Amino acid sequence: MADFEVPDLKTYPRLPHIHEGVMAHSKPFLAKPEMQADLGFPGELIDNWQEVALDKMGELLGKYRSFQVYLDSCVKCGACTDKCHYFLGTTDPKNMPVARQDLLRKVYRRYFTFAGKYFPKLVGAVDLTKDVLDEWYSYFHQCSQCRRCSVFCPYGIDTAEISMAAREILDSVGLGQKYCNEIIGKVFKIGNNLGLPGPALKDTLEGLEEDVLDDTGVEVRYPLDEKGAEVLLITPSADFFAEPHVDGLIGYGKVFHQAGISWTMSSYASEAANFGMFIGSYENMRKVALRIRKAALDLGVKRIVFGECGHAWRVAYSFLNTLAGPFDFLDPRYPVPQHICEFTWDLIQRGALTLDKSANDDMVVTFHDSCNVARASRMGDKPGGQFHIPREIIKATCNHFVDMPIDTIHDSTFCCGGGGGLLTDDLMELRVKGAMPRMRALKQVAEENGVTHMAAICAICKSQFTKVIPYYGFTMDQIVSVHQLVSNAIVLGAKQ
Amino acid sequence: MSAVTVVYALLFYVATAILVGGLAYRIYKYAKTPAPLKIPTTPAPVTGFGVVLRMFREVAFFESLFRSNKWIWLFGALFHFGLFLVLARHLRYFTQPVWLWVYLIQPFGKYAAFAMVAGLLGLWGRRLLVDRVRYISAPSDHLMLALLVGIGLSGASMTFVSHTDIVSLKAFILGLIYFDWQPLPADGLLLIHLALVATLMIVFPISKLLHVPGVFFSPTRNQIDNPREKRHLAPWAAELERDRT
Ligand code: SF4
Ligand code: SF4
Repeated sequence: MADFEVPDLKTYPRLPHIHEGVMAHSKPFLAKPEMQADLGFPGELIDNWQEVALDKMGELLGKYRSFQVYLDSCVKCGACTDKCHYFLGTTDPKNMPVARQDLLRKVYRRYFTFAGKYFPKLVGAVDLTKDVLDEWYSYFHQCSQCRRCSVFCPYGIDTAEISMAAREILDSVGLGQKYCNEIIGKVFKIGNNLGLPGPALKDTLEGLEEDVLDDTGVEVRYPLDEKGAEVLLITPSADFFAEPHVDGLIGYGKVFHQAGISWTMSSYASEAANFGMFIGSYENMRKVALRIRKAALDLGVKRIVFGECGHAWRVAYSFLNTLAGPFDFLDPRYPVPQHICEFTWDLIQRGALTLDKSANDDMVVTFHDSCNVARASRMGDKPGGQFHIPREIIKATCNHFVDMPIDTIHDSTFCCGGGGGLLTDDLMELRVKGAMPRMRALKQVAEENGVTHMAAICAICKSQFTKVIPYYGFTMDQIVSVHQLVSNAIVLGAKQ
Repeated sequence: MSAVTVVYALLFYVATAILVGGLAYRIYKYAKTPAPLKIPTTPAPVTGFGVVLRMFREVAFFESLFRSNKWIWLFGALFHFGLFLVLARHLRYFTQPVWLWVYLIQPFGKYAAFAMVAGLLGLWGRRLLVDRVRYISAPSDHLMLALLVGIGLSGASMTFVSHTDIVSLKAFILGLIYFDWQPLPADGLLLIHLALVATLMIVFPISKLLHVPGVFFSPTRNQIDNPREKRHLAPWAAELERDRT
């Protein structure tokens, strides 16, 4: 089924030895000139790329403290070397976080530091050649910007910051990645990653309303572009039709229905994900974020709630206020934005939802902490709420919940293997191998505790897992949305 | 005044100037560069005091490293705490009269040199033996360890093997501080020790030793987790907003 070797979970070493160059062939398709143009980047590799790349690096060093400090501070202690799922799954040493940073650091040293200018050999500094540039393209597209390395580095060095900067430099010389840049273009033109126009969305949502009515006999609404609604829901576009995402969307609708709170989605801002972050482009990220502000103003809503999406929640929670705030036109009693899990958990705590846990009795559920929710955001008002709130919701809707091993959850969680703009078929080998650590943890609880399903709160995680999980002997339907569990358990109608 | 004294006196003035000037420049650069986005590694403290505690745990106990790798933590801690005690002990060469606490820690400071060297050898062993760490090591990483081991061994030898003329040494150092030069005892071990220390001071601001100021400026560790409550905007990002409605 694959033209590469899928790691065997039984025999694959916990701490593999390095094998140089085994992933050197992995690189995603290049963006076409038109896609580059939409984002304001050169269409293809420009002639004076070296000069422009170094200028860009210099510019980023002045704009991002993280970039400057992290390039200087690494002591090569090696603590991060066994922390990246892509290293563990591929054994390519350039997928060790520090080695990935070094691909860029060795050029930084050569052109921007005293030691590298005068003693390049001594400090491992190299010239920026075409080979180095190609290596950047390959290995900075083998990082899902999951930040696991930053948790374990004594200085908090976050390879995601380096990867974002590297991709920004690559874009500036004309080497864009097709998957990300094409998607951002679609958001600018149509409003969402999948390029679903307003009428198609309307159709889909009406279809959902019919399905839910057939299923439950209750008229649950899935409104689009309704002015004056209380809540604007921003959700990843995969929620509109992909499985199991759509079951989550059905769940959000039922929660709003039971809460009696009017809500709407927007066809203009019909996308929660912000791929501007993946390519490290503040400008593009800001442009995408401003669409949400405009939608909220146009629709006259009082609150903004985000659906289940990992990197989207990072941008929403951590950056939205910066990029598109201040949100002083919204109801100040609620945080801006709120996560759908915060919203639902609040209702559960207040006893506003009737939940029949037995509806999920056919499952033993575990929970996959999405990397960017876990390590780059929060839910609720206490640190760590991003771990507890989704779990509390699951426990309130299911009788059987089991956590995976402690070193694979919470802020030690492993990325699904498809985050950070790598969820594309041209990177299938990387995605399958990168999922190995999570698959191993899942296998363990499946065997020891009879876990049958893994719940997630991220569109990328859900798409990635449904695609790669068969390589490891599971089936697609073992991945569920957290709000799918809510949807199953919620008792519609007047509260008993 | 012997040539050796003059050379070493000048060497230490130059080394001190480079160390202080270089570090000040680096710190200025870090402080001046904005962090445009909130990127604390979460869960992160939600108050300023919480950040101070997090940073303290990081600097005093190497909290993240402890979670990460117990061997590196052990060797790293042995080295850094050893070095800390040794440096504290050395204050007696710089103060007159010697402060009481410096006097009291002398015995610990003496043996801390062994902890320091043991930690360094442990780290070096990993660098040579663990394939992952060997792969990421440049010649400068080995040289840095050699330099530090050299400083530790030459220093400890003067305490435990062949004593040097401490009284004259102290006079030399105080003389440097008060610009009233005194002769430096021409003892081989001492000259080696001092030359290595001066080298370390000179390479500090242009090497990975920048992790010392760097850790305090690391946005993943020093930011407060409050992006929803408080809008965070870098000056260059604010520029982009001028054309906004
Ligand atoms: S843990 Fe941090 S300091 Fe150590 S090698 Fe990795 S990036 Fe460098
Ligand atoms: S951010 Fe994640 S994917 Fe990237 S190097 Fe670190 S651990 Fe690996």
